[in-house]
Amino acid sequence: MQPFRKHTGIVVPLDKVNVDTDQIIPKQFLKRIERTGFGRFLFYDWRFSGDGKESGTKTGDFVLDAPRYAGASILVAGKNFGCGSSREHAVWALADFGFRVVIASSFADIFANNSLKNGLLTVRLSDEQVADIIRRSKQIANYRLSVDLEALRVDDGQGFEATFTMDEFSRHCLLNGLDDIGLTLQHEAEIAAYEAKHPVPSEMEIDMKTILAR
Amino acid sequence: MDRQWAKLESMPRTLFEKIWDAHVVAAPTGQSALLYIDLHLVHEVTSPQAFDGLRANGRRVRQPLRTVATVDHNIPTTPRGLPIADAIAAKQIEALQNNCREFGVPLFDMDSAEQGIVHVIGPELGITLPGMTIVCGDSHTSTHGAFGSLAFGIGTSEVEHVLATQCLPQNKPKTMQILVRGNLAEGVTAKDLALGIIGRIGTDGATGYVIEYAGDAVRALSMEGRMTLCNMSIEAGARAGLIAPDETTFAYVDGRRFAPKGKDWEEALASWRTLASDAGAQFDRVIQIDAAALAPFVTWGTNPGMVVAVNARVPELTSFAQEGDRRAAEQALAYMGLEPGIPIENIAVDRVFIGSCTNSRIEDLRSAARVAKGQHVSPKVRAMVVPGSQAIKHAAEKEGLHRIFLDAGFEWRESGCSMCLGMNPDILQPGERCASTSNRNFEGRQGRGGRTHLVSPMMAAAAAIAGHFTDIRNWQFR
Ligand code: SF4
Repeated sequence: MQPFRKHTGIVVPLDKVNVDTDQIIPKQFLKRIERTGFGRFLFYDWRFSGDGKESGTKTGDFVLDAPRYAGASILVAGKNFGCGSSREHAVWALADFGFRVVIASSFADIFANNSLKNGLLTVRLSDEQVADIIRRSKQIANYRLSVDLEALRVDDGQGFEATFTMDEFSRHCLLNGLDDIGLTLQHEAEIAAYEAKHPVPSEMEIDMKTILAR
Repeated sequence: MDRQWAKLESMPRTLFEKIWDAHVVAAPTGQSALLYIDLHLVHEVTSPQAFDGLRANGRRVRQPLRTVATVDHNIPTTPRGLPIADAIAAKQIEALQNNCREFGVPLFDMDSAEQGIVHVIGPELGITLPGMTIVCGDSHTSTHGAFGSLAFGIGTSEVEHVLATQCLPQNKPKTMQILVRGNLAEGVTAKDLALGIIGRIGTDGATGYVIEYAGDAVRALSMEGRMTLCNMSIEAGARAGLIAPDETTFAYVDGRRFAPKGKDWEEALASWRTLASDAGAQFDRVIQIDAAALAPFVTWGTNPGMVVAVNARVPELTSFAQEGDRRAAEQALAYMGLEPGIPIENIAVDRVFIGSCTNSRIEDLRSAARVAKGQHVSPKVRAMVVPGSQAIKHAAEKEGLHRIFLDAGFEWRESGCSMCLGMNPDILQPGERCASTSNRNFEGRQGRGGRTHLVSPMMAAAAAIAGHFTDIRNWQFR
């Protein structure tokens, strides 16, 4: 995983609450079996006209496509961002599009977990702070923020400053880009001991084996 | 020190805490707890990249017999003999078949008698049991909480994690009790209870929490109803939703194919009987609901929290106190093609979908059939019934439910997720309005530009026949 320490980038405002993962990446693109290439389908139904197939044309109306936000790497949105479906494709699409940070006043649990596994930082600020960033990003040309995970600080260098919190372990993993499967496997002895005490129930074992055999 | 420990041990615990404590494999300081996963359900859409990850790192599936796969999300609901027209969907299904073969994971494939929506077949086969930890790369894994198990949805990276280690690092969520007092009125179902709760607390009302549903109205629900209720927990933002197992639960599980038998059953039963929140156990938050005050609900907007009683009206924009919510409501109404203030019963529908892991079980189909019996679907409506699994389809056919539906002009399809998310050919056309028994009315969920209203199976069947929403409490059953 790509480590996250500090990032400075252009901010794009998505001034909506409850943005669900069906909007972030519509279901017609979930059939791909790779982890890559989802960026061009990000917010597809909001960005492209046509029948929802890959061949749609960009309307240019959506905020992400406004020239002033070109190259944005920080997305700021309303509360409950990433609610709904557990599809990690939503995070892959955001990351593939070039986002490194999403700022909102709250995130859905599964989305926040998925982000963590992909080096996409989710920053929780208050409703007022989020509204302030949205306002600034609409008013100030080339509006940029610096997000510092070591210091747990957000700063635009022109009067906006905020601190945020994150649980220590998640922060540690992100800062160091740790593969958490590797971390879990360090507990092999404990896992094996647990399994010795809790074997697969016998009914399950016999019958599943017949299914495997057929 | 010892005495303090003993005190902790005897502290009253919630059901969630008991399951959690029993599954902690390691609790390294400064890290998340490592939770053992008893059952991992897998489907075609969220697993291919996880298996790729295993291959890339030379890892195997640690516990293939605690892993169960099926195909449900993108398969067509047309007769099973036909080839899959969508080449990319076919490739995804093939990937799952190959992965299961390579890693030794049991798969209930397209043509198997056990195939069905992953959250329907787990309980139906007796794979889902009380007290378990269950995960799946699907947010509606919360369904299995109906059995008093801790069940939650995960992303693909976590799917890979569980495949490789049978464990997940987890931060302990907070607990919320939703206490539903009194009884649900005739015509008011578990679906309406779920929608009523989400309407009250909002789609992020339970974010960060595990919900335990309790109270007389919950105890009175069948297992099907409990599954519907727990299924919708995620729509309130909850990590999971669960209900303490009781005689209703045990009667449902008893004799199912993978459930314990004989002496194992007796032992299991004894341990399951301890699965209840202790008297005096503390929840971080408690919400009380008066069951008698609930009505059949219909969503009017683009998330499940945008909901009113069927005999009410689409809300006025002035009724929203918060600016963000008012704007969201305005956008939702524009998308839904609705005016504020119109009576819900005046809204005409084009399509009806009875199915999904929320409402496709035998009891759901029975209740819809009761409404449809001797009636006919409005000529302006196309209505579809999609059983949750092959087993349900066959059970329904044995009871003659399919005849009732077919005679009334409903389509009777093969099992799968179908129009719940429209990854297969079952989708709404732009602008089409649908009464749906599924769980999400997000923009475009059932097809780009499609307009979804969430309802119970009875309300969906009634809308199909009337051609518009109608209060099931006034229905003339034939
Ligand atoms: S029926 Fe719908 S909600 Fe349930 S698992 Fe399938 S797609 Fe997900």
